Amino acid sequence: MKKSKSLLLMIALVLVIGTALAGCGGNKANNGNTASPTNAAGNTNTGSGDEKLAADQTLRLNMSADVPTFDPGQAQDSQSNVALKLMYEGLVRIDKDGKEGPGVAEKWDISADGLVYTFHLRDSQWSNGDPVTANDFVFAWKRVLDPATVPAPPYAQQLYYLKNAEQFNKGEIKDFSQVGVKAVDEHTLEVTLNNPTAYFLNLMSFYTYFPVHKSVEGNEKWATDPKTMITNGPFTLTNWITGQSVEYTKNDKYWDKDDIKLNKITATIVNEASTEVLSYKNGEIDRAGAPNGDIPPDQIPVLKNELPDDFTLKAIASIYYYEFNTKAEPFDNAKIRKAFSMAISRQDIVDKVTLASQVPAFGYIPPGIKGASEGSEYRNDYKDDFFKEDYTEAKKLLEEGMKEKGYTTLPPVTLIYNTSEGHKKIALAIADMWKKNLGIDVKTENQEWGVFIKNRQNGDYQVARAGWNPDYNDPMTFLDMWKTGNGNNDIKFDNAEYNKLLDDAYKEVDNTKRMESFHKAEEILIKDEMGVMPIYYYTQVSLQKPYLKGLVSQYDGTVDYSKAYLLEH
Amino acid sequence: MSVNQTLSSQSTQLKPEDFVQVSTDKKVAETIERESISAWRDSMYRLRQNKMAMTALVAMIIIIIAAIVGPLISKYNYYSNDLLNTNQPPSSEHWFGTDDLGRDMWVRTWMGARISLIVGLAAAMIDLFIGVIYGGIMGYFGGRVDEIMNKFSEILYSIPYLLVTILLLVVLEPSLGTIILALTITGWINMSWIVRGEIMQLKNREFVLASRSMGASSGRLLFRHLLPNAVGPIIVTITLSVPSAIFAEAFLSFLGLGVQAPVSSLGSMVNDARTGWMTYPWRMIFPAAAISVTMLAFNILGDGLRDALDPKLKK
Amino acid sequence: MVRYFLNKFFYMLVSILILITATFFLMKAIPGDPFMSEKKVPPEVQARLYQQYGLDQPVWKQYLKYMGNIAQGDLGISMKQLNQDVSGLIGKTFSASLKLGLVAIVVSVVIGVLLGMLAALYHRRLIDNLAMVIAVLGIAVPGFLVAALLQYVFSYKLHMFRVMGFTGPLDYVLPVAALSFQPIAFIARLTRSSMLEVLHAEYIKTAKAKGLSWAQIMFKHVIRNGIMPVVTYVGPMTANIVTGSVVIEQIFGIGGIGKQFVQAIGVRDYTLIMGITIFYGVLLMLARFATDILYVFIDPRVKLVGRKEG
Repeated sequence: MKKSKSLLLMIALVLVIGTALAGCGGNKANNGNTASPTNAAGNTNTGSGDEKLAADQTLRLNMSADVPTFDPGQAQDSQSNVALKLMYEGLVRIDKDGKEGPGVAEKWDISADGLVYTFHLRDSQWSNGDPVTANDFVFAWKRVLDPATVPAPPYAQQLYYLKNAEQFNKGEIKDFSQVGVKAVDEHTLEVTLNNPTAYFLNLMSFYTYFPVHKSVEGNEKWATDPKTMITNGPFTLTNWITGQSVEYTKNDKYWDKDDIKLNKITATIVNEASTEVLSYKNGEIDRAGAPNGDIPPDQIPVLKNELPDDFTLKAIASIYYYEFNTKAEPFDNAKIRKAFSMAISRQDIVDKVTLASQVPAFGYIPPGIKGASEGSEYRNDYKDDFFKEDYTEAKKLLEEGMKEKGYTTLPPVTLIYNTSEGHKKIALAIADMWKKNLGIDVKTENQEWGVFIKNRQNGDYQVARAGWNPDYNDPMTFLDMWKTGNGNNDIKFDNAEYNKLLDDAYKEVDNTKRMESFHKAEEILIKDEMGVMPIYYYTQVSLQKPYLKGLVSQYDGTVDYSKAYLLEH
Repeated sequence: MSVNQTLSSQSTQLKPEDFVQVSTDKKVAETIERESISAWRDSMYRLRQNKMAMTALVAMIIIIIAAIVGPLISKYNYYSNDLLNTNQPPSSEHWFGTDDLGRDMWVRTWMGARISLIVGLAAAMIDLFIGVIYGGIMGYFGGRVDEIMNKFSEILYSIPYLLVTILLLVVLEPSLGTIILALTITGWINMSWIVRGEIMQLKNREFVLASRSMGASSGRLLFRHLLPNAVGPIIVTITLSVPSAIFAEAFLSFLGLGVQAPVSSLGSMVNDARTGWMTYPWRMIFPAAAISVTMLAFNILGDGLRDALDPKLKK
Repeated sequence: MVRYFLNKFFYMLVSILILITATFFLMKAIPGDPFMSEKKVPPEVQARLYQQYGLDQPVWKQYLKYMGNIAQGDLGISMKQLNQDVSGLIGKTFSASLKLGLVAIVVSVVIGVLLGMLAALYHRRLIDNLAMVIAVLGIAVPGFLVAALLQYVFSYKLHMFRVMGFTGPLDYVLPVAALSFQPIAFIARLTRSSMLEVLHAEYIKTAKAKGLSWAQIMFKHVIRNGIMPVVTYVGPMTANIVTGSVVIEQIFGIGGIGKQFVQAIGVRDYTLIMGITIFYGVLLMLARFATDILYVFIDPRVKLVGRKEG
């Protein structure tokens, strides 16, 4: 009798544990390993009835670098981006569907010609209780554009969409009232643009456009001490130990504070991917990996199996590519450039080397960038079929190219990359493919960051590793860099037709025609000239506890943690 | 022991014939060392008696032979990728497994050992040469000479080493020689300080005073009396500067300033393996073991040599 | 005595001046500048940044200006960590490295000397070999590997400590262990080697002959004399450890000065590079100075004012 009783108990126990485990498994579906760039929000499951919030709403993160500045006008990096999205509220805030939702602006009107935006501001407060007014925006934007601002804000050009902003910033216009921003009254901000800009509203959630409290005037050290940072976002910075940790606390003065469930966000600053993953596995942090942290590629295949509920892959609108210096031998010949580009296997690189399900790139504009019509994507409308990998064809092109250049043997080629495990592996894999498929010995050279950047920008290289992430959601951000004379044109690309197509696109109001121009330009860049060698479109790898919900991530991989919350776990 | 000696000498009767007049020629008067060949033979004999040291010597010879021969007896080379066979565990095909690009770990480990040994030995020898002379002069002459030379080494030591290395790699071709140069620019300083400290301590000892009073020249004092007596710390430091040079090179690789891939050193291989060592332990174990055995061998042999060479330990 | 210190002080001042000069020009000779970035800013903005930070001036003018500021005790503001005082940054990050470093030094010296002494006393016996194997392991295993292993075993497997973070006293354990690993090995070997020498020295034989007790011999003679090379080593080692280990600080997430320095060099934060270099230089010279003084106290045969000889 006794025996059977204990057996029953055992069975009951097993059943209870079993259901509990099954219950845990039930959440899996929300964290599928999807690689769809249009899925703007990583986890869209919010507020369904049976969710129970954890008692301690403290989100623990890791950042791979310190925040260089908490001044929205001076920021220019991804860590500042994460921090400032928590501390500040712009005119709009991107919502969980990736749409521009209300921020400080309750609503807005756009003129028929798309040039004048009128923002209607809600009653909201700074963290010290002062009202947030239209003047705070004018003040902040003037600060960014003013040539007298010290140091010169590096991202001032993000404001060049405003009428006369560029001229004011360059000192050609002295009177700020001519710049296209005006506080009509405390609650109305009127913005006038140079050109109708489809993505302008989206930019209002970008940090350079954030308001800044007037108290910063005359106190150049304000952004170095949490005590003097008066902010208007969902969180305030409450503790900052240089190079070690940051802590944000919920801001009770925030207009939408009822929607903020986290009480605290803490972040360690550790730039060591394997430590970060170990710490995550140990339950010390709730999320690891991009955009603010890092996961070693070596561990990706293992983590995928080990933590299927936590492992998240997301395609983002960035591209990894190699630059050919079109003014340096032997890459001043298009056929040789094409031969090199066609002689590698991108699929192998993605599958065997980078391991994060990146998408092989045969064009230059990544998926996730908007197309002509609402909701469409450029890359869906125009396929990236500009060339194919074909080793025999590559060899033929190489021979033809060498003949054109009068070479009997190819001059020695060196591929440069900056210090990183990932870049090194890709460079070695590609050099090996070139050797096997083209019979060419390419030297790979690792250079220290500063040396690398200077060499690349000065054109002291033959092939160099590069990557590009968008400044705004439009193909222009990828293509205008290759115009003759552009500061970022490290390949020294010089094509009159290409320049003209982009100039047309600047002025063009009809979005379909603009996209046509972009497509033609991309065709010249890749198909005709192969000025750059596309390799893959990026993905972003992260580990996220299943109980962490409500993150908002965008097409370019930036993540907004402010609306996150933790379920009971 | 000395007490017994005193007693026994008292019991012996000394006759005038037992005394020989010492020559007044300064050079001859100075010569009080044992014959050098026999001293060397003596040391080697004592070294051979030391089992630990001999084991270390054998281990070191094995590593050196493996570094020379290892890559030759495999059908693979150290640079060719095989993306279909990445991260394979050790097998009959790949004795040490493969790395993240499918390269054979056996060949890479021994190629790495080659590079590391060259870097470590070359850097250590240069450190020894410069450090001993510089430190010896500092310690022996003292005073203003010491002050100035000491400050010079301190300044050199304080100049950010990374800046120097970056500049060297920009100015010179990034090659093994450049890296060895970068490692030795400040590497010898530690040695010189150790030697200086030893010499400062030794130079006021009785045997030095005696030698000096008999008219030995500075050079002779320094090289025949002081430095041989400081041989213990020097050997310990030198056996430690081989590993520290090997690790310094690994640190440079970590910052992208080390040997250029696909060539790699043991240090950079361990560094490459560190993010995935729990999953692909063989990528860490073999190069790490090669480093550790090399270090172990160097250190134990160094200890043995120290014991064998030190004139103070002579019986 | 006063003259001795004044003399030392003068040499130190001159050395620092030479150090500043050498580092300044070296730093400027390296490609890159604080305002380089993968995405170029408009040339007008770039030019304004250069002008605001004085980088548009010829290098010798920048140098004179910097020297002028230094003379007034002003290390300037960081060029990359916006508007942060260099002195403030050094203070903040050094205090983290110092706290960690001091603990590590005490641990290393105590354990290292003990191991070394045991090894010397039981020369060529089991304890000697064991101690030396421990010591050699310390040298043979790279620091980051030690750190990674410690994290894996004690944090991940045994849950005794956190993997990263640096707030409570428990968070010191692993970084200190990782940091002292190598110095322990070095000190143990130095101690052993020099103790062996002392143990065989004539004056020890004399002392034994005089019938001094073992303890008297050990404390009056052996330790006092055997510890000399350790003192030589500990001076610069102290300077080395408290100035931060990049690897340990990086792996354990400690906001220390070592990490700060390497980062500053990476982004060409000129003012911060100079500030930390000067700080390191002064620290090192003080540590070496202290070593020289210690010599006198430990070994009466070494005189403070170096005699002029030959």
